[in-house]
Amino acid sequence: MNSRAHSTVSGPLNGATVVTASHSDAPGRRAWRRLVRRRGAMLGLGFVILFIIIAIFAPWLAPQDPVETSWSAIRKAPSAAHWFGTDELGRDVLSRVMWGARASLLAGLVSVSISMALGVPIGLLAGYAGGWTDGIISRLTDSALALPFLILAIALAAFLGPSLINAMIAIGVSATPIFIRLTRAQVLAVKVEDFIEAARAVGNPHWRIALRHVLPNVLPPLIVQSTLAIAAAIIAEASLSFLGLGQQPPAPSWGSMLNTAKNYVDNAPWMAIWPGLAIFLLVLSFNLLGDGLRDALDPRHK
Amino acid sequence: MLSYFIKRLAAVIPTVFFVSVMIFSLQQLLPGDPAVILAGEDQDQNTVAYLREKMHLDEPLPVRYGYWISGVMRGDFGESLRIQQPVRQLILDKLPVTLQLAAMAMMVALLIGIPAGIVSAVAKDSAWDYLANIFALWGLSTPNFWLGILMILLFSVTLGWLPASGYVSPGEDLKENLLSMIMPAFVLGNAIAAVLMRHTRSAMLQVLNADYVRTARAKGLKENKVVLKHALRNAIMPIITLGALEFGTLLSGAVLREQVFSIPGFGKLIVDAVFNRDYAVVQGVVLFTSTVYIVLNLLADMAYFLVNPRLRG
Amino acid sequence: MSILPRRLVAAPIDLSVPPWRATSRTSRGAPLIASISVVAAALLLFIVSFISFSASAQTLRIGLAEDPDVLDPTLARSFVGRIVFAGLCDKLFDIDEKLGIVPQLALSHQWSADNKVLTLKLRPGVTFHDGEKFNAAAVKFNLERHKNLPGSSRRGELLPLTSVEVVDEMTVKLILSAPFSPLLTVLTDRAGMMVSPKAAQANPDSFGSKPVCSGPFKFAERVAQDRIVLERYANYWDKSAIHFDKIIYQPIIDSTVRLANLRAGQLDFIERVASNDISGLKAEKKFNVASITELGYQGITINTGKSDMAQKNPLGRDARVREALELSLDRGGIVQVAADGEGEVGNQWVAPGSTYYAKNVPVPKRNIARAKALLKEAGIPNPSFTLMTPTTSDGQKVAQIIQAMAKEAGFDIKIQATEFATSLNLADKGQFEAYLLNWSGRADPDGNIFSFYACKQPLNYPGYCKPEVDALLNKSRSTLDVAQRSKIFEQIAAEVLKDRPIVYVYHRHWLWAYNKKLAGLRTIPDGLIRVQGLKMN
Repeated sequence: MNSRAHSTVSGPLNGATVVTASHSDAPGRRAWRRLVRRRGAMLGLGFVILFIIIAIFAPWLAPQDPVETSWSAIRKAPSAAHWFGTDELGRDVLSRVMWGARASLLAGLVSVSISMALGVPIGLLAGYAGGWTDGIISRLTDSALALPFLILAIALAAFLGPSLINAMIAIGVSATPIFIRLTRAQVLAVKVEDFIEAARAVGNPHWRIALRHVLPNVLPPLIVQSTLAIAAAIIAEASLSFLGLGQQPPAPSWGSMLNTAKNYVDNAPWMAIWPGLAIFLLVLSFNLLGDGLRDALDPRHK
Repeated sequence: MLSYFIKRLAAVIPTVFFVSVMIFSLQQLLPGDPAVILAGEDQDQNTVAYLREKMHLDEPLPVRYGYWISGVMRGDFGESLRIQQPVRQLILDKLPVTLQLAAMAMMVALLIGIPAGIVSAVAKDSAWDYLANIFALWGLSTPNFWLGILMILLFSVTLGWLPASGYVSPGEDLKENLLSMIMPAFVLGNAIAAVLMRHTRSAMLQVLNADYVRTARAKGLKENKVVLKHALRNAIMPIITLGALEFGTLLSGAVLREQVFSIPGFGKLIVDAVFNRDYAVVQGVVLFTSTVYIVLNLLADMAYFLVNPRLRG
Repeated sequence: MSILPRRLVAAPIDLSVPPWRATSRTSRGAPLIASISVVAAALLLFIVSFISFSASAQTLRIGLAEDPDVLDPTLARSFVGRIVFAGLCDKLFDIDEKLGIVPQLALSHQWSADNKVLTLKLRPGVTFHDGEKFNAAAVKFNLERHKNLPGSSRRGELLPLTSVEVVDEMTVKLILSAPFSPLLTVLTDRAGMMVSPKAAQANPDSFGSKPVCSGPFKFAERVAQDRIVLERYANYWDKSAIHFDKIIYQPIIDSTVRLANLRAGQLDFIERVASNDISGLKAEKKFNVASITELGYQGITINTGKSDMAQKNPLGRDARVREALELSLDRGGIVQVAADGEGEVGNQWVAPGSTYYAKNVPVPKRNIARAKALLKEAGIPNPSFTLMTPTTSDGQKVAQIIQAMAKEAGFDIKIQATEFATSLNLADKGQFEAYLLNWSGRADPDGNIFSFYACKQPLNYPGYCKPEVDALLNKSRSTLDVAQRSKIFEQIAAEVLKDRPIVYVYHRHWLWAYNKKLAGLRTIPDGLIRVQGLKMN
């Protein structure tokens, strides 16, 4: 897991693509039109929306109470009564997968939002300001990146206290350095471009240049990164809940369901298949959507 | 250019210093008294007191940091209080295993990730693209321990082709060594392949639209040749750089896979030490892997700098 | 190469070269290539046969559930370490299947009339792995080391031991400050293990990384988290009972993976098999399964006086609420669901089958109506508390079952999964309401209660402290007669089990699975693997 989050360290690479975005007529609407044309992206979007609906409406959609135990239906294979089978305490796996969508979607979205919210401004600052500011931020970022992700997350989550929201904060903060680095690298590449020079020449203030001209060019690699980071965050939540630092039992999350299921690989494989499939579908959907977004926001790729 | 290199090289020292401070302070965030946990199930008060003293737990933090860092400078990483072995010995024991696993995993990742990335970029939006995506993302979204257990059940228990787990040193038996590393390397590489694939795809897409590739096409070169010779050559650099960084994270990041396959590497060493609050081991090993990571990172940066003059500005 | 007649060297190759390559032999370089390949093949064959020989029948490979800690009997602190010690270090005494004390390094023992001096006759002709002689001086050295080495975890077990006197080469006297009934049993465990005085003195700071004992196997190698290798000790006093040349202990944390290794033939023996795998294993009939009731227990430790949190919660404040909690539990159901029936229900610190089980306090039946009535009487029909639970899957399973069962009586239990190091610390500070805790158990019941119920003892997480119970506990320590001791335990049970600072739930089974060919396995309740008499048929 840790390698995953780290693995997203693309450093200065990730092609310092420069998008000479034209900010004329409603770029948002044009991007949306481009996005709609992409089947993969639409498919991804569809699934993401579906999962969000399931998460929100789980109380009404789930056929059973996700924590309702039944001593007479322990580890039963999928059947008409329990479409996805039952788990080690006789609970309905389908209902647990539906309720688990809440914790897992939140874990993915909230923690990545935290990473973005912290990482992008800091990265922008470092890349745009340069000099000492950049030096200090970069050294700290490098140091944080060098630490194993899981250790960072465990220490933070343990410090904040065990709860799902604290786990998300811990994961988000631990994944932030990657976003700082990515943003900074992209800013460095963009900074020297002509259109930035031009913007500067006509007397635009720094904050305006940073937000209006630099930021849009930084987004494409960040989108690829976020979609990968969501997967890492969902799995990291599983690790943290396994350590008692995430979702507390008996409330379900996909990750914790998988963790439990690994003890029953031999005699109840369905306990793992469904949450595993759910994670896979969600991650795949986010990545397809991310691909589409990335292309749609990048005028060079038609 | 030389001044850039010197500057980057000089930056390594403060970075390693920050790492040492960070790991030392992060450890303090962990709840629980290390002496209490190390004292084991008997909780003998005499043992607890002894361990507290041995770990200097009653002294102020900066002083404890001083003890540790001055030892490190002398090459003394301290001792694991849990198993009574010097940390330096533990690092030396596990370094070859970790390096081998990381190298083999990297090979797997490159072999899967790069071709899948190229295919998906060249055949963008086709069935091939989606297939390659599914294949790569499968590795990223399947928890490793799960994949690991399934592979053990299939290849070791059912088919009996590969040893289930455990590590055999290459000096002892090279064939057994390679056999025992195949599954962990695959599981580990598989997850990284996803990342490499996604970034290869992204980089290839940019390059495929670049002028010189268009020119090459216009010259009537075969598409295969255009892709492999012109586009890939230009797109590969970031991938190689990424690979170098991945290699660094593999050193400390293979925790769960090591656990499933009982490979005695750094990842498992660190995590077990965290749970046992064996501070000397956590500090020492993380400092070591982090330093390796930082150095690899530096080399990658330099390589990137060399091929991408635009960064010199 | 050229000295050898060509035909001789080339001849065997005919067998190994496949027909489609036969033509290559006619080419000019063929003889050389052939001879090189023969030598290489022979070498490979030699290596392979050597390896398969050395790795086969003579080696016993055991899969452990955890990585042991330091291998110094004085400092060692983990249960799993004791499994390795069973092959490495002999003790003064051992226990048998029925917890009877049998001689090992001590041949016989004799209590003085006032029960304050224990005289031991030692086994002659025993040597340590470094060749040093085992004698009375060595026993004195070891017991003093247990008592005085900084960081010793044995000090508490040998607390009443004031001095050790060498009577002659093979006789030693242990002088106690007061009679101490658990002493012999204590000497069947780590406190009775003898290490070589010479080696311990030569390596005071790193003895645990290279232990020198007198057991059937000597220490060869340890790779942390990977394996511990022991080799047969040629001069072992009971060498006819030893049928392996080597034992490799491999920690494999995940139970599914441990079992997979056994199935794949990489291990001969695994300890702590997951209970849900047992029925499948039994049905397959490919491996033998052993199931032994543990000496320890699984129970709910309740903060009744460790900190002011005790008074703030109905569970800690009111014994009726604790009784209601106990009555809400269907112990048989818990064992069935949590352990697939592999466990024994219990309400005391020893299992109902033990000699020391207090028969005056039997296991209560589940009684929801009575539980509800008690809660009503206490004025709290819906008490709520937090149950601190280990992060292990077994622990979480038990906690969730308890949560569901207690709910029927009106309890609202919140589960707080807590990583072990943190939970120990919270327990130590009294920062908990209830704690699902298991104890690995000791052969003498004293090891299961004294430190838990006597005032201010380290494992007394409930914060329980009653002068009359303390007096009884001390009396049980000074009474050697089994019948009399049992009576005292009945008195303790009557008192403590009414207060319920710990609600005992069940006793797990140690579950082992092993190669069908392995014979001579002894199932001793401490869950340790005796290597004497073990052999591969």
